[in-house]
Amino acid sequence: MAPAPHITIQREDFDATAEVARLTDGRTDIGAVVTFQGLCRDEAGQLSALELEHYPGMAEAEIRRIADEAAARWPLQGLVVIHRYGPIPAGGNIVLVAAASSHRQAAFEAAAFLMDFLKTRAPFWKREHRADGSHGGWVEATEADDAAQGRWAPFTPR
Amino acid sequence: MKLKYFAWVRERIGTGEEDVDLPAGVTSVRELLDWLKGRGDNYAEALRHPEAIRVAINHEHVHHSEPIAGAAEIALFPPMTGG
Repeated sequence: MAPAPHITIQREDFDATAEVARLTDGRTDIGAVVTFQGLCRDEAGQLSALELEHYPGMAEAEIRRIADEAAARWPLQGLVVIHRYGPIPAGGNIVLVAAASSHRQAAFEAAAFLMDFLKTRAPFWKREHRADGSHGGWVEATEADDAAQGRWAPFTPR
Repeated sequence: MKLKYFAWVRERIGTGEEDVDLPAGVTSVRELLDWLKGRGDNYAEALRHPEAIRVAINHEHVHHSEPIAGAAEIALFPPMTGG
């Protein structure tokens, strides 16, 4: 029996190693843990930080809906999703997904699914802070992200 | 009814949330967006391309054809860029 997905929306940083331990400590039946860690990326020294705005209440509710669907699609033994908000400096952590399962395929696929849907459905918006101290613009959504979500077939409950 | 705005929709309108009393003829998300556009230049600017605006009712994504009867909270925002 898989525990309920552990979902946190927080301003503070997270420790990916500690979050994996949350899934695996005291258990001997888990054969695979896949983690995805999303970082604040600078390109060409232009960016000092990203400001992440979110919709409190809906952010957790929407991520929970996505996590529950992942848990219904794949035989997972645990799932952690952490998404940060507020100012995040270049190089800092933004998001963590960790999926645990008996065999690797379910964990790989569930982690990819979670990220594809988080990008297009979780209510977060990134704004750039430039290295020269000026406010950059809002980051625009990409068609590549929509296409990544679209590769997953509609879900039919078992 | 409570309206919430996020990211550049919030900036262009100039507030993050407000309570509104809707006229009787406003029954769908699409009609709500049309009505809001007529409330001032800031609304018209924020909602100039209504097809680009994403909408959630009571914390769930909805299409613009969705009825709004019974909604406690409606949020308008740009396409999401988290993750």
